[in-house]
Amino acid sequence: MAMSETKDPLLQEIIGPTPGQMLRKRIFGHQGLLIGAVVLGLLLFVAIFAPLLAPHDPYAQSLMNRMEPPVFLGGSWEHPLGTDHLGRDYLSRLIYGARVSLMIGAIAALISGVIGTAMGVAAGYFGGRVDMVVTFLINVRLAMPVVLVALAVVAILGGSLQVVIVVLGLLLWDRFAVVMRASTLQVRGREYVAAARAIGASTPRVILSEIMPNIANNLIVVVTLEMAHAILLEAALSFLGLGVQPPTPSWGLMVSEGKNMMLFEPWLVLIPGAVLFLLVLAINLMGDGLRDVTAPENRS
Amino acid sequence: MDKPLLSVRNLTIDIPVGGGTLHAVRGIDFDLNRGETLCIVGESGSGKSLTSLAVMGLLGKAIRRGADRLEFDGTDLTTASPRTMRSLRGARMSMIFQEPMTSLNPAYTIGDQLTEALLLHRKVGREAARARAVELLEKVGITAAESRLSQYPHQLSGGLRQRVMIAMALMCEPELIIADEPTTALDVTIQAQILRLLHDLGREMNMAMILITHDLGVVARVADKVAVMYAGELVETGAATEVFNTPTHPYTRGLLRCIPLPGKTERGSRLGTIPGIVPSLIGDIRGCAFRTRCAHAVPACHEAIPLRGEAGHKFRCVHEDGKRHAEEEALA
Amino acid sequence: MPVLIFILKRLGLAVLVAFTVSFISFTLLFMAGDPAAALAGETGSGEDIEAIRKLYGFDRPMLVQYFDWLLSAVQGDFGESYYFRLPVASLIAERLSVTMTLGVCGITFALATAVPLGVAAAIRPNSIIDRVALFLSVAGQAMPSFWFGLILIVVFAIKLGWLPPSGASSPAHFIMPTIVLGYYAMPAIMRLTRAGMLDVLASDYIRTARAKGAPEGRVLFRHALRNAIIPVVSLAAVQMGFMLGGSIVVESIFALHGAGYLAWESIARNDLPTVQALILVFSMFYIVFTFLADVLNAWLDPRMRSS
Repeated sequence: MAMSETKDPLLQEIIGPTPGQMLRKRIFGHQGLLIGAVVLGLLLFVAIFAPLLAPHDPYAQSLMNRMEPPVFLGGSWEHPLGTDHLGRDYLSRLIYGARVSLMIGAIAALISGVIGTAMGVAAGYFGGRVDMVVTFLINVRLAMPVVLVALAVVAILGGSLQVVIVVLGLLLWDRFAVVMRASTLQVRGREYVAAARAIGASTPRVILSEIMPNIANNLIVVVTLEMAHAILLEAALSFLGLGVQPPTPSWGLMVSEGKNMMLFEPWLVLIPGAVLFLLVLAINLMGDGLRDVTAPENRS
Repeated sequence: MDKPLLSVRNLTIDIPVGGGTLHAVRGIDFDLNRGETLCIVGESGSGKSLTSLAVMGLLGKAIRRGADRLEFDGTDLTTASPRTMRSLRGARMSMIFQEPMTSLNPAYTIGDQLTEALLLHRKVGREAARARAVELLEKVGITAAESRLSQYPHQLSGGLRQRVMIAMALMCEPELIIADEPTTALDVTIQAQILRLLHDLGREMNMAMILITHDLGVVARVADKVAVMYAGELVETGAATEVFNTPTHPYTRGLLRCIPLPGKTERGSRLGTIPGIVPSLIGDIRGCAFRTRCAHAVPACHEAIPLRGEAGHKFRCVHEDGKRHAEEEALA
Repeated sequence: MPVLIFILKRLGLAVLVAFTVSFISFTLLFMAGDPAAALAGETGSGEDIEAIRKLYGFDRPMLVQYFDWLLSAVQGDFGESYYFRLPVASLIAERLSVTMTLGVCGITFALATAVPLGVAAAIRPNSIIDRVALFLSVAGQAMPSFWFGLILIVVFAIKLGWLPPSGASSPAHFIMPTIVLGYYAMPAIMRLTRAGMLDVLASDYIRTARAKGAPEGRVLFRHALRNAIIPVVSLAAVQMGFMLGGSIVVESIFALHGAGYLAWESIARNDLPTVQALILVFSMFYIVFTFLADVLNAWLDPRMRSS
């Protein structure tokens, strides 16, 4: 007989499930979160083990085998998703492209997360002048047309993976700052923060051990949103020819390269775009799911 | 005697919740004649507000209402179409809510909101409607009524907003007015004013009124009839004088001991309390809901208990000698 | 009177933001490299470059150059395009009508689809329509706009032949760009409308309206939507600002020769004065629209008007 059945049912009802049990129940009861996590996990796996999974070298050109169709359009299993205009294996480029997208998303989100969180927490915690300055900077940042500025700067500095990552990282901190500022403002007024201050905890200590743990759930949600944002932006920049430069296998670049043959070989555009869509969808589903699951109003 | 304006028999309200069904209101009976004031008394969660919303047909979509009879002036409300209900609401029966701060739409002027019901239900012009609004605002004691019409709710204090709500409910001269704790959100001094006002207006216009309150002092002053509710059930009902002079159900007696009554409570004496908590109403409920807190509880209290007593004063208790108990206590 | 002060404050802030944006973008582009070399072209010799540098004043300190540029800019003079050899101001003015048309159409499309969907979803939470709306908003957020545009071209221009694939010579040319630009703003507007309506529909004053015997349509639209729409209006204005900034992608896909297309060309050609002016123009759009959103909000919400 299981332990829970031997317990007094009334007692069980009064005590209720533990927070851990409740969280597990919410996570597994949330379809979107599960689907997002599975798809993202799969793509992450593909990106990490790209050299083992890719059937060909993504850079190897073969002018004899240009634009072979994928298997489902009558191609051969030698190139399951066909080849591009330079005869490179499309599946292999797609697999290595996952690396580019995920790396850009993760590192750009990390950079912007550090900048935005520092600004937002400082503004929310100290208030006054600091808050005024940060709010002003957020306004300035929001007023700058991201695509245009990113394009211009990347064009000037030369499009490489590193440049694109840093530029996006330096541009996408606004949402972090906005959300972290609001969350900190909320948490700052709580009793446990006042209590920590009352027993003489230093400011860094209060921020690190009282404020941060209580705004971490919001931070994770913004990280997913900004990861998706950075991935989409990189793809757009590369599509416009001013982001990651050939021959790097970026999905946005693949769409751009396939565009000219779109009339006759639409799959050249459809496949990389669909994978990009899937990745961003998975990240967004996870972000939305995490927000639902960790939102205090759903903890009843 | 005429048929009553409002007749309710065996009204039940069920709310589906996570763990089953919450039987929020069970077996409510009452009749209300024109010009009469019925006070429904009981603590928070006893089903008073739900009962009034059920009469108005304003319960949420998920909430189930059942009744053997729910009749307003000969119209069967249990089978009435939404269209019929709309033509009654605001025109012939209207309601005053307990939250004056949030019950007015922040986006429209007082004038717009006051005239709305009249313009919806009666064939009157905008000017006539505004004149009526001014007249009623003056009647509920608002000065500079004309200029109030162009103000927005956030520009008025809580007391003023509640007066506006009252005026709004009276616009079409309804035959029935339901006031759900109309004064809880207000200062004590204003509470008395508003209640007196409502009472006087009710008399003047010969309206039937259901006043929901937990303030027994108010009940003693304005009620013709009283219905005492406990945990979704009617435990005692009857003419106000009867219920106050010979409270029979142990819960009613407990309630009356909890408040000072002019002329009845001695100076310096201790006010009573009722020990215990209200039981959960989820799942099947049988027997007297008050038995866990009742000093006179006996095994028979676990069985279903019907309302008993004579026409003017009924109660739901197994004790035959409830009345005698009451008289003894009154003497003691 | 408080409204006037509020507006003046917002206006002051907007001007300050615009200055800062222009300064940042000027600095960025200044660091970019040698404009003189770009002007001289590939055939220019070292002496040519030196002469150009003197002629255009590129040898002066950056701050001097910035204030020089700013002084002209506030008078509407953004210098001359390196590529077209035409005043940048007239170049941009010529292209703006296409971008503005696209922006207005885009936001109209977004509002016309997202608001009804959000209202319908809020009336029946968890119904089929609510799920469809939720799915559309999640999918919409994940859809790369350039890819969506190309798919529309393949389907509606190439396969079906219903719409022209590129250009701006007729209203039909604007249909696909409008959809591609507008769908991006849809998810946020839809979600906010839904959340706002759910909130308002649960409020006491909606119960009051029902207690008056108001018909359901009147309750939903006159009483509920009127309040729920207030935050949506300001979101739409902000989205409009973002959208114009995003027109660069859409215009390049559909070969619409608007300001976004000009920006793309100018960046590729290293035409710095044009890029600099465009960054300022696009950020001004955002600033103006958020400012309008605040004013509109104050006008729609009686509580903001007097307090």
